[in-house]
Amino acid sequence: MKIDSIKNGIVIDHIKAGEGMKIYNFLNLDKQDCTVALIKNATSKQMERKDIIKVDCFIDLTALGYIDPNITINVIRDGELVEKYHPELPEKIVNVVRCKNPRCITTTEQELPHVFKLTDAGRQVYRCIYCETKAER
Amino acid sequence: MRSLISILDLSVQEIDELIAVANDIIDNPKNYAEKCHGKKLATLFFEPSTRTRLSFEAAMYELGGNVLGFSEAQSSSAAKGESVADTVRTVSCYADIIAMRHPKEGAPLVASMNASVPIINAGDGGHNHPTQTLTDLLTIQREKGRLNNLTVGFCGDLKFGRTVHSLIEALSRYTGIKIILISPEELKLPSYVKQDVLQKHNIEYVQTTDLEAVMPELDILYMTRVQRERFFNEEDYLRLKDSYILTPEKLQTAKSDLAILHPLPRVNEIAVAIDADPRACYFRQVLNGKFVRMALILKLLEECV
Repeated sequence: MKIDSIKNGIVIDHIKAGEGMKIYNFLNLDKQDCTVALIKNATSKQMERKDIIKVDCFIDLTALGYIDPNITINVIRDGELVEKYHPELPEKIVNVVRCKNPRCITTTEQELPHVFKLTDAGRQVYRCIYCETKAER
Repeated sequence: MRSLISILDLSVQEIDELIAVANDIIDNPKNYAEKCHGKKLATLFFEPSTRTRLSFEAAMYELGGNVLGFSEAQSSSAAKGESVADTVRTVSCYADIIAMRHPKEGAPLVASMNASVPIINAGDGGHNHPTQTLTDLLTIQREKGRLNNLTVGFCGDLKFGRTVHSLIEALSRYTGIKIILISPEELKLPSYVKQDVLQKHNIEYVQTTDLEAVMPELDILYMTRVQRERFFNEEDYLRLKDSYILTPEKLQTAKSDLAILHPLPRVNEIAVAIDADPRACYFRQVLNGKFVRMALILKLLEECV
């Protein structure tokens, strides 16, 4: 299957097979005007099967590390690979996950943003800033 | 402008300073009688409370200040659907400091993000209750003369007891602390508290179901209420609740200078016969709560002179 290479944008590589759509939705790629390609079950030497997302523009990837810090982000400028990195765990994620604690203030005050902070980088634990409930992935 | 939402908002040095001020208030109450003259404390209690609200109010009056507020959500605009943010923005116009109790976890944090005066968390559901922890720490310091090198037993409901979790967090920052966790299997300390607090700070701890076996070791015994509604099996509850009723007989092997604490209210987990024992500190603990709240109000109202 042929998918055109991108000129200026990003390639999100080494996504666990089957997780591509989750990341597509997480990044709200359906709302992008530029070309976006989601490749499922591509062959991988490292992972056997993987998903890949190609986005022909630059988007905010700040919270991507929360979803999977092991994925690879390739930055393409003028058709050349200029940067390759794994996303860092963000210190804070806002309105990415919702607090599921029924006793949390966010359950009654609907306008409050759902904010989670990284409390244990080693175990990738995020807790709600209001009630300290652990984020469920 | 500072608020107090969690006990961890205070450094160990700040806690030690608050305890020192509270002790000075106890020794020299007249020196503090007019410290907050002209200042107003708002007590916003969205759920009922006896001890905490009256303690805050008594604390402010003894500092020469005044108090306004409400003691249940139904008598506030919350009943009309007003948000916590709007309520505290409004109250900030009338008061210099706010003590808030709310059934929802995190409500005082939301308040602190929106108020223009300091917020004191007076309990948010089963989450935080930092002024109870300050009360416990002042009591331990006054009874034992120190907050380090102590073996502290927590007995009863260690799973849902917010006061237990907060006090363990606070004590874990002092040296030479050994924690003994005495509870039925069903009410053991949650694993996240063990991981995030005890193991993280390398605190020595023991889990047991047998209070009498560990009694001789304890410097502090922190009793809590075993709650019937937590059990699925009535037989288990009946069997377990009796093992955690503290009686004079169970104290026979205890140290002569043991300090028995309880956040109150008590139901039947401490026999009334123990009240006369000098080792029973829980009513002195109530009194300490007022003094440490006075110290806290002074600290947060820095301009109080």
